[in-house]
Amino acid sequence: MSRPELAAARALAGRHRVKWWEVLPWVAGIAVFFLLPGYLAFGTQLLIVILFALSLDLVMGYAGIVTLGHAAFFGAGAYTVGMLAQHAGWNEPLSGLVAAALVAGAIGLASGYVLLRTQGLTLLMLTLCTMALLEESANMGHAYTGGFDGMPGLQFLPILGLFPFDLLYYRSQYLYVLVVLFVCFVLVRVLVYSPFGQSLTGIRENVLRMHAVGAPVRARLVIVYTISAAIAGVAGALFTHANAYVNLATFGLDRAAGVLIIVILGGYGRLYGAFVGAIAYMVLEHALAKAYPTAWQLGVGLMLIAVALYARNGLIGLGDALRRRVQAWSGR
Amino acid sequence: MDLISIALGGLAAGMVLFIVSVGLSVTMGLMGFVNLAHGGFAMLGGYVIVLAMSRWGVPFLPALAIGFAAIAASSVVFERLLYAPLYRASELDQVLFTIGLVFVMIAAVTLGVGPETQTVVLPEWLRGQTDLGFIRYRTYSLALIVTGTALVIGLWLGFERTRIGARIRAAVDNRRMAESLGVDVGRLFTITFAFGSGLAAVGGGLGAEILGLDPQYPLRYLVYFLIVVAVGGMGRVTGVFFAALLIGVLDFLLKIQFPKGGTMFIYALTLVLLLWRPQGLFGRRSG
Repeated sequence: MSRPELAAARALAGRHRVKWWEVLPWVAGIAVFFLLPGYLAFGTQLLIVILFALSLDLVMGYAGIVTLGHAAFFGAGAYTVGMLAQHAGWNEPLSGLVAAALVAGAIGLASGYVLLRTQGLTLLMLTLCTMALLEESANMGHAYTGGFDGMPGLQFLPILGLFPFDLLYYRSQYLYVLVVLFVCFVLVRVLVYSPFGQSLTGIRENVLRMHAVGAPVRARLVIVYTISAAIAGVAGALFTHANAYVNLATFGLDRAAGVLIIVILGGYGRLYGAFVGAIAYMVLEHALAKAYPTAWQLGVGLMLIAVALYARNGLIGLGDALRRRVQAWSGR
Repeated sequence: MDLISIALGGLAAGMVLFIVSVGLSVTMGLMGFVNLAHGGFAMLGGYVIVLAMSRWGVPFLPALAIGFAAIAASSVVFERLLYAPLYRASELDQVLFTIGLVFVMIAAVTLGVGPETQTVVLPEWLRGQTDLGFIRYRTYSLALIVTGTALVIGLWLGFERTRIGARIRAAVDNRRMAESLGVDVGRLFTITFAFGSGLAAVGGGLGAEILGLDPQYPLRYLVYFLIVVAVGGMGRVTGVFFAALLIGVLDFLLKIQFPKGGTMFIYALTLVLLLWRPQGLFGRRSG
């Protein structure tokens, strides 16, 4: 093989290996715990959004399923944990996460089986309507879900029986969410570099060809949709655990569109796009909403427009382009 | 309320939905561009119309014309400068861009005019009720129904009987084939985009009575506009018309009969309709 081919083959064969910089996000996550104790409440919310965005990136970035209804699974997980704690006295957090993943995954399986035959605007609207139906059910089922007000003041047992939730300082919540995020991230990372993950990318890039080589396209899509739904359900359950309440805001177009923006902004189909997008969006929103309560959307909107026009593949894509330019310039 | 009044009220709401959504349907059918900012043009138009009336004392009908012209003209600038570079981008980049544009529009209106709801002062001849012989009903709602019906007939004639209409239909059905026959789809798109945004602006002003008018308008009604386009079928004027009337009447009826959870039925209906006919009730399967 010639040298460029060899280099390309080596890059392909080794791309699943862990790179040195992949440690950095987790080091940063732990550093925040020690260095910025005043920001742990915000940090906890940020980590939950990262996990939610990661689940969306799995279906949207890797499998190419564009959905506007992903908050359906976030809300399903959040309400599962909330209703178990409120009505069944099931307050143990870790088994609650499993229950949330199972419920959200089941909804993902059922809806994915029916909806994933369609694509484009139709799929967008179908996922949106599914989410809206769940939201309305939560709104109507007042006796079980608390209706419009949701369920405030939930109680949960200490994590592993050791670390009680501290609603004032958020220390144990933060570490708890960070650990769950890490476990889910490892799972997603293994998944996208597996042959299964590669076939998803194939479906995204050229679905006709994948049909032609005999890949079970629809089954793969339904499976990844189910897995993604389960992870989104875990994110929703973490939301309920960390905040000790659940309400209709866990469903809804705002949350679904927000996470979609975050994934595109960070760069879809890249594991770390969820991290970059969530941090960029939430930090900017947080800072602007504090400084300009009436017009924070101006800054966020301008950023979205600029990224869409000038940075294809999001902020990570922008970083890649800069790096390539620097390399080309220094190589000359 | 008796059935006829409900039907008339629903029809009036449906006409507003139609006037706003029809441009979105055609532009999405032409370019496949996911324009989530369409409701933003309706809102901006509504503000131009309301402010022209309240601040400069322009009468109702000329204010509508000003709204149409202002939004149609400015949307051409938007389209050439901002939309055009994204035609070949993925639909996700288009979603990001148009949501960003909605945010900027919302912030601009909040900063420039204020976050409060705007009210339209109707002229004397549109207030009160009109006797139809069998029922007395609000004059304004009846005027909306007449306007919407006249508009759909005009648009239908324009689509079916004019050269530019034939070009649009050809480009919606098969863009590549139309282009290779010499149709300039880019320019066609600019024209329909401007016209559709102008109509949305008029719809924003006409519908302010029914839908309200405040900075959150584009996001609040986005789902309704998208449902109408998806159910009607992309690029189908008559399809959008019937879908808008269906959704408008049902929504009106359900909100009166079941104030809690009435919208649930709309979502369920959309779900069933789209599973039954993914291309919309009146759309054609694309080849």
